[in-house]
Amino acid sequence: MAEVVEQEKEVKVAKEPLFSKKNRKLFTDPITDDNPITIQVLGICSALAITAELKASIVMSIAVLFVLGVGNVVISLMRNIIPQKIRIIVQLIVVATLVIIVDLVLKAFAYELSKTLSVFVGLIITNCIIMGRFEAFALGNGPWKAFLDGLGNAAGYAVILIIVGFFRELLGSGTLLGIPVLGNPIPGEKTGLYALGYENNGFMLLAPMALIVVGLIIWVQRSRNVALIEEN
Amino acid sequence: MSLIIRNMEHIELFFKAIFIDNMVFATFLGMCSYLAVSKKVATAVGLGAAVIFVLAITVPLNWLLDQYVLKEGALVWLGPEYAAYDLSFLSFIMFIATIATMVQLVEIVVEKFSPALYNSLGIFLPLIAVNCAILGGSLFMQSREIPNLGLALNYGISSGIGWFLAILAIAAIREKIRYSAVPPPLRGLGITFIITGLMAIGFMSFGGMLTGDNEEVQDEKIEQAIQLEENEDEQGNGEKEAIENITALNK
Repeated sequence: MAEVVEQEKEVKVAKEPLFSKKNRKLFTDPITDDNPITIQVLGICSALAITAELKASIVMSIAVLFVLGVGNVVISLMRNIIPQKIRIIVQLIVVATLVIIVDLVLKAFAYELSKTLSVFVGLIITNCIIMGRFEAFALGNGPWKAFLDGLGNAAGYAVILIIVGFFRELLGSGTLLGIPVLGNPIPGEKTGLYALGYENNGFMLLAPMALIVVGLIIWVQRSRNVALIEEN
Repeated sequence: MSLIIRNMEHIELFFKAIFIDNMVFATFLGMCSYLAVSKKVATAVGLGAAVIFVLAITVPLNWLLDQYVLKEGALVWLGPEYAAYDLSFLSFIMFIATIATMVQLVEIVVEKFSPALYNSLGIFLPLIAVNCAILGGSLFMQSREIPNLGLALNYGISSGIGWFLAILAIAAIREKIRYSAVPPPLRGLGITFIITGLMAIGFMSFGGMLTGDNEEVQDEKIEQAIQLEENEDEQGNGEKEAIENITALNK
């Protein structure tokens, strides 16, 4: 008996280094192969609604990064004490609290932007990515892994948001982050591309184009990685 | 005729919420379950009906909550010294709490009266609680400051009907395009996005529906449009202005 106990004590599991390959994969996978928006089909609502300006996309990405990162860690730390029956309610409370903090910070430091984002900051609570990652990952893994997973998914979300916001703002109003980059479009003082007859495509600023741009991103992504093509 | 004129507000709100401010096509709420459940018409109909039901219950309830507890000065019914309290920062938590409770109730009712529907909806029934459309309905009700309970109920039902129409349409289309020659990388998710985008463009044509208002409201809207033009940045982008003015006039 004593021998068996001794052997058990000697077999120690080597602690996984913080940035091991598996952990790095948790961070990089959601950016391309397991992207929350284009593959997991989560978090679509806000990705489409607020991407008419690049600035709004960036701020929304940072907000989701904060909520997902901190939320994942908190839920992961609490995972052994949350009773099964009320776990959705506990998750909702954690997310709602974090989102209230984000909302108040935005209202205090970036009031104009909070008006543009309007109800979509509140809708981060129901952003499927956050609840989806809580259920799929944070409830079953330790805090560091959960943190990396949260960062990775938020980064994947941010990549899509920034791409869509970039094209919509560039083609829709000829500016990037508010700075005109294609020239001056005011008639009478036209410079740059506008002098050659180019006109802004105002349609890109409207809701439906966001859907079509994301559809095109999906097309490009799945053409590059044939393994992601769906069966009919 | 006078019945219609007296209820003009209700009729306007009804059509506005279904066609012009459609939850899916204008504000993209509830897209996740919209994309995930729209593979068959039968489940889409079931989910759509559940969404209408939950919205019809939660929007008026949250309106009452907002009116008597959360708004600035809402607690005045407890006593005049409470008039300065503004609990609106608690809106998110309170709204989501009522929604989660109501969805739990709906789940119990559906399980009892229609086990077949319960089984086919699977995980998506409890997921209605986190459906952006439900929370979005309440938040838009709050931000648009809907004035009374009847209109709140109207808004809840009509936004639900709008969402139902959208998911019904896309489910029917997806069933048909299974036999079309869609390029492989676009199959499934990609083509759905593009088709939804095209449907959204189609729904934009409803924007001209409610422009026959009475004089005062028209003047107000023209003033708003002029103000929008004044608030434009120096670039004075012609097309963007025109589109903004059209959408402002139709609000």
